[in-house]
Order: sequence, then C-alpha cells, then structure tokens
Amino acid sequence: MSKLTQQAALGMHRAMCRIRYFEEAAAAKYKEGELPGFIHLSIGQEACAVGVCATLTPEDYITSTHRGHGHCLAKGGDAKRMMAELFAKEAGYSQGRGGSMHIADVAVGMLGANGIVGQSMPLGVGAALTAQVKGSGAVAVAFFGEGASGAGVAHEAMNMASLWRLPLVFFCEANRYAELTPYETHVPLANVADRAPAYDMPGVTIDGGDVVAVFETMEEAVARARAGHGPSLIEAKTYRWHGHYEGDPQKYKPEGETEKEKARDPIMRFEALLRESFGVAAAGLEAAHAEEKSAIEAAVAFAEQAVDPTPDGLTANVYA
Amino acid sequence: MAKLKYYQAFNRALREELARDENVIVMGEDVGESGGIFAQTRGLHAEFGGVRVRDTPIAENGFVSAAVGAAMTGLRPVVEIGFEDFLTCCMDPLVNQAAKLRFMLGGQVTVPLTVYTFGSGGVNAGPQHSQSLGAWFAQVPGLKVVTPSTPRDVLGLFKSAIRDDNPVLCLFAKRLIGASGEVPEEGEDFTLPIGRSEVRRTGNDITIVGVSTMVRAALAAAESLAEENAIEAEVIDVMSLSPLDCDTIIASVMRTGRLCIVHEAHGPCGIGAEIIARVSEQAHDVLKAPPWRITPPFAPSPFAPVLEKAYLPSAARIGDEIRGRLA
Repeated sequence: MSKLTQQAALGMHRAMCRIRYFEEAAAAKYKEGELPGFIHLSIGQEACAVGVCATLTPEDYITSTHRGHGHCLAKGGDAKRMMAELFAKEAGYSQGRGGSMHIADVAVGMLGANGIVGQSMPLGVGAALTAQVKGSGAVAVAFFGEGASGAGVAHEAMNMASLWRLPLVFFCEANRYAELTPYETHVPLANVADRAPAYDMPGVTIDGGDVVAVFETMEEAVARARAGHGPSLIEAKTYRWHGHYEGDPQKYKPEGETEKEKARDPIMRFEALLRESFGVAAAGLEAAHAEEKSAIEAAVAFAEQAVDPTPDGLTANVYA
Repeated sequence: MAKLKYYQAFNRALREELARDENVIVMGEDVGESGGIFAQTRGLHAEFGGVRVRDTPIAENGFVSAAVGAAMTGLRPVVEIGFEDFLTCCMDPLVNQAAKLRFMLGGQVTVPLTVYTFGSGGVNAGPQHSQSLGAWFAQVPGLKVVTPSTPRDVLGLFKSAIRDDNPVLCLFAKRLIGASGEVPEEGEDFTLPIGRSEVRRTGNDITIVGVSTMVRAALAAAESLAEENAIEAEVIDVMSLSPLDCDTIIASVMRTGRLCIVHEAHGPCGIGAEIIARVSEQAHDVLKAPPWRITPPFAPSPFAPVLEKAYLPSAARIGDEIRGRLA
C-alpha cells in the first residue's frame, strides 16, 4: 500500500474536487459570456497537479503553463482571487492585468502560468538556481506539456539543469493534444521521458490519471532533488477532456475518445481506492464534493461582485 | 580621479557589486575561468567562485529565461550576451517574460535582472556581430536600456543597473573596450542615475545628440567646427535610451535652435526619430531649421573595412553635414 496517510489522501481528494469544480464553473461562466479573452482548462488532468503539489512545501516553487488553474489551486492558491482574475477584476491575483494565462500566487510558490509554450522550463531552472545558490533547500517543479517538449528551450533547460545538478523536477503532462494536433505530430518517441538519458537524468513515464502514482513518483524525484542529486523528468500520460481553449470545436478528436477517457475519471478512480484501501466512507467523499462545490460557488459570487479595475491604474507595476 | 580602460571599469563595477551583495550572480558564455573575450570578467571566477560566476551553455533563450526565474525568486543575476546581435536569440525572456512579469502578476514579483552585451560596429565583425539594437528594447515597457560611452559611465551606470529592481539592458560598445578615461578612485562607491542625459560640451549654435560611440565622433566634429568654422556645437550623450531624458536635450535646443542626432543604429523608428518627435511636440517653435539624423544607410553592416568605414557615421561626416547646413 502507498505511503500516503488517510489524512493526506483526503486532502488530495479535496484538491482534485476543487480543481474540477473551479474549471467547470469557469467553463460555464465563459459560455455565458462573463469571462473575457480566452481560457484553457485542465479538466481530466487533476491528478497531475494534485499529485505533484502534495509532495511540495510552500517554500518550494512551481512554474506553470497556459493551462495553469489546477497547478495554482493545488499549490495553495485562493479560488476567490483566482476566479476574480478570470473575471478581470481588481480583486484578482493580478488586479485583472494578467488573466487566466498568468494566474499566480507567488506567496505559495506558484510563480505563474505563462503564455509562451516552453518557458516554464527555463523559468523553473531559474527558481531552482536560486534555491541552489542560496542553499535554501527548496526544490522547483516545472510543468510543461508534450507540445513544449519540442521547443528549443525545453532542451536548453534540461541540459542546464543536469549540468548544474539543480533541485528541479521537469513534469510533463502529456495530455494527448498539443493545441489542436495529436501527440504523434509533435513527438517522434512513444514517451517524452525516453529523452531523459540524453540529459543524464532519471526519466519515467507514469499513468497521469493515478494520483497515487504521481505522488509516489514525485516523492522520489523531490527527495533526489533536495538531496542535491539533480533533476528528474517525469512524464504523466493524461487526457484533456476539453478543447485547447473553451469554445474549441475539437473536430480533431476521434469520436468517442473523450467519453472513453471520462469513464476513467481520475477523481472516480481515486475515490474507489479511498473506499477500498483507505477505508473512507462514501458519505465522507460526498461531503467533500459538496463543500468544494460550494466553495467554488462562493468564489464565483465573490468574483461577480468584485469591482472592475480603473484606467488610472493602467501603468501600475510596469516598473518597480 | 583614477584612469581606467572601458573594460576595466566594467570589471571593477561587477567586482564591487559581487562583493557588495551576495545575491548578485554572473551568468553567460565564457564569463567563468576564461574571463571573457574582452577580459571583461577576468578574476571574478577566482574571487567569487563558480556558483556565483557561472559559465553557461551557448543557449541564450534558456539561460536568460533561467536568469529571469532566478531574479523572480531573490537573486540579482547579471547576464552576459557576448554580442548585441545575439539578443535576437533571447527576445522571449527579455520581452515577454522579464519586461512583463511584474505587470502580469499584479506586482507580486520584481525582476532585478541585468543583461549586458557588446554592440556597435567598427571592428570589421560583419553583419551578425556589429549591430546596435537598443531602440527595439526602448519600445518595450518594463525594460530600461543604457548605453555608456566612457569608462566613468560604464562604472556608474552598470552598478546602478545591477542595483535596479527592474530588468536593465546595458549596451556596451566593442569599439570602446580599450578606450581610457577618468573614473572615481577605487574605494569610492560611484553610481550614476539611469535615465539622465549629460552635456559633454557646451555651445550655442547647434545641439548634437550622440549615442554611445557616436558621442566621441560628435565631440571630434565639434572641435573641428569650432576651429575651422567658428561654429560652437553643444554635444549631449543620451546615456539611457529608456527612460529617455529629453529635458536636457530640449533645454539645449531652446538655446541653439538646431538639432542633429547621430547614432550607429538604423534611422527608421530609431532613437533619433523619437528625439525629433519629442522636440517637435514640446519645442517646435524654437527650431530655426529642420532637425536631422546622421545614421548608417539602411543596409546591414558590411565586413570589408573600406565599406564599413564608409558605412558608419564619422566625425568628418558629422562636421561636413553641419557645415553644409550652417555655414
């Protein structure tokens, strides 16, 4: 049985529910026209964000992608301020200056979602470099996708991290599609993690729908990083239930594919395990759902009532 | 006052800041034991160690972005990009990341990053090793850009850049590496404010604004104009392209009524164009004649020494153009 305690497992279950309800609420509000711009949702990928962040402390860093809501929530971000940012309100994390694609809570080590595919990796190298130079004991995790794995900076980042033995974990969420095209169009190998030996770092491919597998694999990589033995590459095979962006007609997905994946819902799978192996009663899980759903409803209400930013602040925070 | 060469002033500035603040680190190609192509980082690796003075792979996009990540989390990285032309290899971390992260994250972070590089032509380095790209970055909110032309300015502006809580691009000039000049004595903590132009020579007949290497050319032209034509030119060194101090320039033009700008960068949409626009907006009525720019032709920098000599603005050309308009 896993090293997970029941208490930790229940916390992870709640975090997965929180992400699911947050993303579903964002999808609904986007469809209603309440959210400006465009948003990228991570429904179906909750086990990755939660399994990773459950192994980290608030002093540890994560860098994220354009699909970063789940990462921010899992690292301890506040759903209210996140939702307010999606609603482009002054109460949002970035006072409505960044939006969904730059969601961040630096105080809990979430250094930001990023609009440039691949840049989470060298930015993560930088956070790990700070930890190494200062000797703080912190580790960094750079989330990225299989689409980013073909970018030049992905190679540059893994090369530098290995050369310098940085306390860093490269965590690839291979979610089947890079924007609108499938994995095979972007990656010539069956597994992104198969590239790890070329950087002289451990690489492993796991089931990204199994939160316990993510947690256990991450624990090993984080321990290695903290001990000064350098970076690791973890690839979690996962699936993006929604389109690249909300409103994406997803014509590129084979018929029935999403439904098949939904039948393997990572939350449902974890709940089966919690009932069978952790002795958790179904009623407890239902209560968790109800509470998290209600917390997200409160976040939406908070965001809807929050005030708009005012034009007198257009040049705020351009310079320190 | 002491006398130092341009690269020695650079080295002193970096050494002083490394000693002053343990969060300052130096990264880049050949900054470590080798001491750099221009001997600019010589001795720093031995003095401060490989953790803080770190050679990087030849991967500008990656290591500048890593420096941005480090700056966001508490270090003050000073990053070398050997030649100014290679800034094109790290546009994303500079323009999309460093410049915007504080704004995008609602002030949650500061990005105290210094990126320095060696630009300008005049050493027969050809089209990919001779450019002056400062104006590109002066168009990006969130960045600061300085162009020191003397050892004193290198010392003062570079130290200020490293202490600045914003990303600052220090554009040094290869051609001036060995140039000597007076600097404050060793032991004096000398800094210069970023965003201030300085008058290098006073005169009442015309204002010549120079950028980097062209300040020297403008000063030489001014001397010959004074001797041969009794034209007294005021010469201003802009020193910072962003923020750009136009007040000093406008105050001068108020007296001279004439304005000429000289830079090695191309003319279209450049700093000269910006200065003329601001002078036109704020002091159009005092102009006695149309202001103009002296720049290279709109072509890449040529390799052949005879061509590059003709390509770059020179003291002789500046003098001739001014004589042609004023005499």
